[in-house]
Amino acid sequence: MKRIYLAFIALLTFSVVAQAEVKIQEVTSPGGITAWLVEEHSIPFTALEIRFLGGASLDPKGKRGAINLMTGLLEEGAADRDAREFAAAAEGLAASFGFDVSDDSMSVSSQFLTENRNDALALLRTALQEPRFDEDAITRVKAQVVSAIQSAETDPDAISGSTFDRLAFGDHPYATSINGTLETVAALTRDDLFAAKDAVMARDRMYVGAVGDITPEELGKLLDDLLGDLPAVGAEMPEKAPFLLKGGMTVVPFDTPQSVVTFGQEGLERHDPDFFAAYVMNTILGGSGRQSRLMEEVREKRGLTYGVYSYLLPKDYAALYMGRVASANDRVAQAVQVIKDEWVKMAKNGVTAEELEGAKTYLTGAYPLRFDGNGPIANILVAMQMDDLPIDYIATRNDRINAVTLKDIARVAKRLVRPDDLHFVVVGQPEGLESTE
Amino acid sequence: MRIPGLALVALTLLIRPLWAQEISNFTLDNGMDVVVIEDHRAPVVVHMVWYRAGAADETPGVSGVAHFLEHLLFKATDDMKAGELSDTVAANGGSDNAFTSQDYTAYYQRVAADRLDLMMKMESDRMRDLRLTVDDIATERDVILEERNMRVENNPDALFGEQRRAAQYLNHPYGTPTIGWKHEVEKLSLEDALAYYRRFYAPNNAILVVAGDVDPANVLELAKKYYGPLAPTVGLMPRQRTEEPPQLAERRMTYVDPRVSQPYVIRTYLAPERNPGDQKQAAALTMLSELLGGNGQTSVLGRKLQFETQKAIYTSAFYDGMSLDKTTFGLVIVPSEGVSLAEGEAAMDKAVAEFIEEGVDMDQFARIKMQIKADLIYQRDNVEAMANDYGAALTSGLTLEDIKAWPQVLQDVTPEEVIEAAKMLQDKRQAVTSWLTNPAAQKMTKAEVTQ
Repeated sequence: MKRIYLAFIALLTFSVVAQAEVKIQEVTSPGGITAWLVEEHSIPFTALEIRFLGGASLDPKGKRGAINLMTGLLEEGAADRDAREFAAAAEGLAASFGFDVSDDSMSVSSQFLTENRNDALALLRTALQEPRFDEDAITRVKAQVVSAIQSAETDPDAISGSTFDRLAFGDHPYATSINGTLETVAALTRDDLFAAKDAVMARDRMYVGAVGDITPEELGKLLDDLLGDLPAVGAEMPEKAPFLLKGGMTVVPFDTPQSVVTFGQEGLERHDPDFFAAYVMNTILGGSGRQSRLMEEVREKRGLTYGVYSYLLPKDYAALYMGRVASANDRVAQAVQVIKDEWVKMAKNGVTAEELEGAKTYLTGAYPLRFDGNGPIANILVAMQMDDLPIDYIATRNDRINAVTLKDIARVAKRLVRPDDLHFVVVGQPEGLESTE
Repeated sequence: MRIPGLALVALTLLIRPLWAQEISNFTLDNGMDVVVIEDHRAPVVVHMVWYRAGAADETPGVSGVAHFLEHLLFKATDDMKAGELSDTVAANGGSDNAFTSQDYTAYYQRVAADRLDLMMKMESDRMRDLRLTVDDIATERDVILEERNMRVENNPDALFGEQRRAAQYLNHPYGTPTIGWKHEVEKLSLEDALAYYRRFYAPNNAILVVAGDVDPANVLELAKKYYGPLAPTVGLMPRQRTEEPPQLAERRMTYVDPRVSQPYVIRTYLAPERNPGDQKQAAALTMLSELLGGNGQTSVLGRKLQFETQKAIYTSAFYDGMSLDKTTFGLVIVPSEGVSLAEGEAAMDKAVAEFIEEGVDMDQFARIKMQIKADLIYQRDNVEAMANDYGAALTSGLTLEDIKAWPQVLQDVTPEEVIEAAKMLQDKRQAVTSWLTNPAAQKMTKAEVTQ
């Protein structure tokens, strides 16, 4: 691989890559709600992203799936409109409202035209503040959730991920699917949904980003109308999750030709001083977007897979270092061995100067390309606030990447990459792989 | 329809001029077409080369070779080492990839706008000067077999889809999967790949699409410099695939797989595609698919099958007119628990029959047309998606005029034309009705029948 790295160095003399020119303003509404805004008046619409920390992990004990079901029902009728009337109204305004939830946050993503902004937001306001949770809608959405739960039970990808979570997280909500189980979903009542909404959709955990054809004054006013009447305080935030998984192997027998593998160990928190070094290191080891060591060894040299990657997953209540690969049942053992070998190599030797330069050039150049559209930028604005990053972070982010040294990587590799702690969950009929006890 | 401002809103949209994205086009002397879409909001460019060659242009017996070659295009050329193109793109902070469909193969890079020169240099190099080795073939064939494992063999829905399409097309190559049949992919050779490459990878069979923060004159200059010197393939024939004979017999199939957790019914009909200068029928079918099954809450199938009766937990109708040859129109029903596939299918047929009887709901029709107008605004936010639309349309036999005309052709569709199009759905001779189920559910259905 020498040749390629020489090419990298040659390219370093090129002019500075595209700069992300994103001017973020902090807007505080008359009622005291804060949002980050990027004005972009060239296209007459706005993307508005609202997120609530805690997400599905705020499900009360025994009511797993409540927040997920509630989220699915927000667009199924509000105020004086039933589900179909609500959808027709959104359709008629050509506004789009998306409601989603994950382990750590619940999100409301909307897009609306400038010319009917007020009507679109009046409609969205009813979904956020006056959802109906009609019994017939609950029955209908429950059936969809049940279908999703059942599908996950026969999907090797889903099985490998859920098995890892179950083994890793003990009693913590992270251990189970946000969908809940057939039993918990069946038992959920309309009252549970109102409680779930008040638990997660509260102003003390709310973050807002807006991008598009809107001024700070206009945004401030609409924030109060849209969100001002949400409860001030939500449920208590979850506890930190334990990490119970030791190094080893769990084979889940499943009759399918290609084994699907989830692997992982404990990772680093987002605010760990070594997080940037770890991020750069992983870009070299198994990151996506450029040729990583794992892709080179598992795919390019040996043809063992279509895709293999690793990633840092700093969740709010647990930090993981995870990876995925899929390989035919008779070849997956070899793929797993190659990954283990790469883990050992990284822990022992770190990376070369050429690799570090290559990763830096890639990461710093790729960063501005993320800001490609009002919706994606609104997402970034919210994520920055939730990660507690400063408002000028975008301008400083590449400097932080460039500041990472070989020494930093060697230190973090030794500390983070622990081959003996790596656990593999293999779903399929893998030849030559067996569960450790 | 209780939004008071709605009538006014629709009116203002009608009188507002459509914002035209700046589009320029050229043709180089060697026959290569160039399309430039300007978007100066960010200093970024998407550089794409689209070949008018996809899986449906393969010779019988080597299915998957178009997709295989797409992978092999990242190997060595006379001027670049294997992997060098992607590494160089990454070293410049960009991303790159490629994709293959039945009608086209496309390669793209997304990168800072001042790197366009370098992208063209590398992309033009691999159009004619690939240097494949036998080792490349063996390893990369394993990779695409693993890709097939992941996308198809491990996925009962995908296996089901392959069987359905094979039954839908009696003679046209669309019946063969783009990724290839496994037994043929296993045997793909260096010669197979090179034969396809030499025939189809040429400037007179390619379209360059550049979108982003660029100046069209500058793009043309660079295109002349890098793509201009490439020799065209002489005697490139018009794309003429084997055609469908009259489809006279309804087809039905059941695929049983223990990995299926949610049985469903899907029916596809052979349907006309968008044709140059003639997009009316395709527009009616597009509106029909939106009305019948576009939005689960407001569509006809959703209303009748998920709300008025609880026969289904999910319904849909789909149609994609972007196709060089005949495409399909599809209906889907995922029955509720306790509703058999046979009952679900009957309910779906009944809903379509009622729709033809009752006619188009004019409120719903107006809302969909409003959304089509709004999409002209929203789509300007995503120049990469626009570049994709242009590339796909141009390699599917359409012209720039057709692309430009399409939103208005959709607006001009009348309710009568939609109902006329819907009547096609009652002729099952051109249709394949398919059930996906698992052994347990199938056993239950049989038990019900014998009781």
